[in-house]
Amino acid sequence: MGSGDESEYMTTSPPAVRVARLSKSYGDVDAVADISFDILPGETFALLGPNGAGKSSTIEILEGYRDRSEGDVTVLGEDPQHGDLDWKARIGIVLQSSGESGNATVAEQLRHFAGLYPNPRTVEEVIAAVGLEAKAKTRINKLSGGQQRRVDVALGIIGRPELLFLDEPTTGFDPEARHQFWDLIRSLKADGTTILLTTHNLDEAAELSDRAGIIVGGKLIDIGTIGELGGPDARVPLVRWRDAAGVQHEKRTDAPARLVADLAAAAGGEPADLQVLRPSLEDIYLSLVRRHAADSATDALNTEVHA
Amino acid sequence: MSATQSTRPGTVQPGRPRVPRHGILRLGLSRIGFEIRLYFRSTDTVFFTFLFPFIMLGIFTAAFSAQGNIGTNPDGSGGISVGAYYLPGMLAAGMLLSGLQNLAIDIAGEKGDGTLKRLGGTPLSPLSYFIGKIGQVLVTGTVQAVLLLIVARFAFDIALPTEPEKWLTFVWVFLLGVITCAFLGIALSALPRSGRSASAVVIPIVLVLQFISGVYLQFNALPEWMQNIAGLFPLKWMAQGMRAVFLPDNFAAQEQNGAWELDLVLLALLIWLVVGLVGSRLTFRWIRKDT
Repeated sequence: MGSGDESEYMTTSPPAVRVARLSKSYGDVDAVADISFDILPGETFALLGPNGAGKSSTIEILEGYRDRSEGDVTVLGEDPQHGDLDWKARIGIVLQSSGESGNATVAEQLRHFAGLYPNPRTVEEVIAAVGLEAKAKTRINKLSGGQQRRVDVALGIIGRPELLFLDEPTTGFDPEARHQFWDLIRSLKADGTTILLTTHNLDEAAELSDRAGIIVGGKLIDIGTIGELGGPDARVPLVRWRDAAGVQHEKRTDAPARLVADLAAAAGGEPADLQVLRPSLEDIYLSLVRRHAADSATDALNTEVHA
Repeated sequence: MSATQSTRPGTVQPGRPRVPRHGILRLGLSRIGFEIRLYFRSTDTVFFTFLFPFIMLGIFTAAFSAQGNIGTNPDGSGGISVGAYYLPGMLAAGMLLSGLQNLAIDIAGEKGDGTLKRLGGTPLSPLSYFIGKIGQVLVTGTVQAVLLLIVARFAFDIALPTEPEKWLTFVWVFLLGVITCAFLGIALSALPRSGRSASAVVIPIVLVLQFISGVYLQFNALPEWMQNIAGLFPLKWMAQGMRAVFLPDNFAAQEQNGAWELDLVLLALLIWLVVGLVGSRLTFRWIRKDT
């Protein structure tokens, strides 16, 4: 307890989450292989990757639900494998899915969970933050899937966690609910909450996270700020147009304006179907994942040849 | 959450006030209220656990009342009504259902639907969770027993004992039996592979026990080997203890050894209480790691 108070007077604080050379295998299957990353206090970090890539295994190890096979993990200064109740009081968990029978109403469930924490947010505040004011007295099993998901999020934040785990939090949300959720996460960030997020929605990751790591096949293939992922090459704009003969062309260039000007001059007017595209996070993510899949396929082929 | 000022990642946050956690007992007590509320909202539980002994007592009374009293003298005098004869068995069944059947199915369901996983991520001690469950069983089991006695007395006109020492026996047999069943239920909840299969696993066990332990069938009419098997399980002893309270003393002659044997009732229930405690302690997990 004492060590946490000292950080107030220090200029840099230790990472909220430290993962060093983490591996996790189930029998012969390596779900997570040699992953390392840190999450700073107050930072929002996204773990991205295809289904089955090892995101949930990683996050469940950090939450204390699973034991690691190898490596070192520290979460809020403690090993989650031995996290005690005081440690659990400082984290909030939104699991990937929940199918609770939900005979309690939204307000009852939140009031009960608020009572488990030493310094909870108020029930009214949290219900408002997830936009369920009209459903406060409705039993959870009578809510739609998206509304139940919002209850999950509400239960994750009711204890005023220092560190919040969000495993695919917006599954089943309509666009309006998703934007409302983003606002909620921004206000949690403003409060200083550290957040670890997994999502398949790349817009969401770009919107919310300071940094992201991409996991494919249990390996961390890239990590950085949203603006750095994939390296500078991945961000070179693409110009696409159709020539007079109707053939489509595309060209990657760091100087798209000059290319467009040249094209316009050559065509003597507007080039047909002209587009200047800046790769979105989704484009960069997909190219990274595909490149990795191609690499590992080649590796596998080489191994087979040598074997 | 009203703050709009943004903090830069990596910079020092203002220290959060550390408030001490609530005690295990306080959280356990808050669980009891929550558990009882959810118990009465579950239609399955209310019907198959809470109301079942009432229904069975009604059926037995209606079905067999034409056959006259049980334990009558050769001249046809004396004896007690069928309802009065089955009341102790129904009370014992209620204890088994409220404790063992209820918790085994309830906890297996909470394991299956993710409730336990979620609770495991909160600062709730498993002990507080146990206090909540045991408290739920004690409260619902007591309400059930009291209502059963009221229904027996006023709806079926069954005479209840007046001697204080009989009621003292009732209290300890009931409390010890219910708590033992509750812990056995927690331990048994580890057996079903999924929440959905819980009823299918637990109900046959409970049903067979009730048939061989003198709940639905007159215990003295069962073959000796079946009585001996029943003697290995707690329900037989709970039913025997309840018979000692509610049946006339001359019925003791019908027991396996011709006596109520309350000392053996106490011993058997204490042994099963230890089995339940150890079993709960060894098998209970918020989640099965790595499955």
